[in-house]
Amino acid sequence: MTAFRKLLIAVTGLACSFSLGCGGGSSSKTNVITQSGSNVAPIVVNAGPANSYANGAFASVTVCVPGTSTCQTIDGVLVDTGSSGLRIVSSALTTVALPQQKASDGNPVAECLQFLGSYTWGPVQTADVQIAGEKASAMPIQVLSDTDFTAPNACSNGLPSANTVANLGANGILGIGNAAQDCGDSSGCGLYYECASTGSCTTTGEAVAQQVVNPVALFTTDNNGVIVELPAVSGSEATVNGSLVFGIGTQSNNGLSGATVYTIDPTFSFNVEYNGTTYGGSFIDSGSNGYFFLDSSIVPALLDCSSTSGASGFYCPTSTQNLSATNKGINGASGTVNFSIANAETLFNNLNATAFSQLGGPSIISGSGPAYFDWGLPFFYGHNVYVSIEGTTAPGGTTPYWAY
Amino acid sequence: MAKQDGSSIQLKMLVMAAALVTVATAAPAWGSLGGDAASVQADQIQLQGTRTLKAAGSYTVHEIQAANGTVVREYVSAAGKVFAIAWHGPWIPDMRQLLGSYFDQYAQANQAQRGARMRRAPILINQPGLVVQVGGHPRAFAGTAYVPEMLPSGVSAENIQ
Repeated sequence: MTAFRKLLIAVTGLACSFSLGCGGGSSSKTNVITQSGSNVAPIVVNAGPANSYANGAFASVTVCVPGTSTCQTIDGVLVDTGSSGLRIVSSALTTVALPQQKASDGNPVAECLQFLGSYTWGPVQTADVQIAGEKASAMPIQVLSDTDFTAPNACSNGLPSANTVANLGANGILGIGNAAQDCGDSSGCGLYYECASTGSCTTTGEAVAQQVVNPVALFTTDNNGVIVELPAVSGSEATVNGSLVFGIGTQSNNGLSGATVYTIDPTFSFNVEYNGTTYGGSFIDSGSNGYFFLDSSIVPALLDCSSTSGASGFYCPTSTQNLSATNKGINGASGTVNFSIANAETLFNNLNATAFSQLGGPSIISGSGPAYFDWGLPFFYGHNVYVSIEGTTAPGGTTPYWAY
Repeated sequence: MAKQDGSSIQLKMLVMAAALVTVATAAPAWGSLGGDAASVQADQIQLQGTRTLKAAGSYTVHEIQAANGTVVREYVSAAGKVFAIAWHGPWIPDMRQLLGSYFDQYAQANQAQRGARMRRAPILINQPGLVVQVGGHPRAFAGTAYVPEMLPSGVSAENIQ
């Protein structure tokens, strides 16, 4: 550790001693869900528009042809703090035709974004976007479509497409993570393509201002982040209602309220200590449908579900396991989280339930950015989670950060 | 990030000089996992990367630093075969390139992974003849792939990182 880093930690520690929330342990207080305000949009955890989701939170988004009142409100859009950018399945855009973004040579621009287990592909188009009372003008979004242009092999990359409502399980993705754009530099990150009239698409650079953008970053106000607010879920529930609050410390209803700020690194990761091991590259992500982490020490308590069961990829312990882990921000903030993992096969047998507070599964064994701890949507039940956007100013710490 | 310090840049420049020599030598075979050591060069060219070699007992690790920040490590046995690959970077690399002849098995396994409930979770493929794991999130993905039957004796999955 460098002397400078030591100094930083010492200073942070000092700052923490004057702050109530800093370094706080696990919290058992009930979170309060903000009900009203022009910066507040309702969200709901349910099975989603394809009637298939476990632990998916959905919002409504209004998209308009830029500068017009030709608009459509699309519900069932997945609230994803693990990505940035608005993506709408083309079949859900039934009453508006959005203008196509074009490269300098006039060719249309398309985008490919690979997630875990699927990819999204389709044209970049421009829309005015409205959520609650917040508006972003002439914003690049991705329209998901298998047919507008043919996805290159490099895009599918061995993954199935998530370009239909059935395959995505949602009408779109509302990416409101720590990144302002999905790429963030003019290289295009290999995500952007130009499609020639022959139909073939090749990767291209893309100016940052033309990239698919976190809508919050383009709002005229309340544009430094969001708070995802969902109540505690006891076991499993059919429907859970909550709020998505825009802005952090910009209105009377979106202050930190004693939440502990965990600053994160440029890859939007912090450390999680679990069972004596520190997992770097860890993150909080409303778009993950469970707690994902590796536990080799108490196997066979956390058995993987059978690969032939509908719960493949989740944990199926023989009895519910009560566990805890400690989050550690880059700023030295630290806090313990208690959580439980139940048998996913048993959970999924409750066909009415869509919100599962005890759903978890294994993460990967990998070095270099090794096995990580992913606090998925179950973490959000009972925590108001603040997600600040890189390059903005927000109370309580240097952005980007998470706070809860 | 701390990784981008001066020493790594110097190292990169040294490696680049070495890489130029390597690139000029052989006609690269396509595909890496299960391929011979020459296929590592194909990956290096495709990734526009620089390469370093590290000996580790019964095998050699070829580390490719791609221009976009992705780091790929290819594990080559004493017999000259790539038996494992580990990578991390901001985006998922070209799996067709890295998995070579194992790509189709990977793609089919991904198609089959859909369960009863919609899932956004790590890729964990554990089949006879192929283990692949992919995890992370945009700007920080990581993964490994190996052929269990090809692991040199005394080498386990934990060595591949």
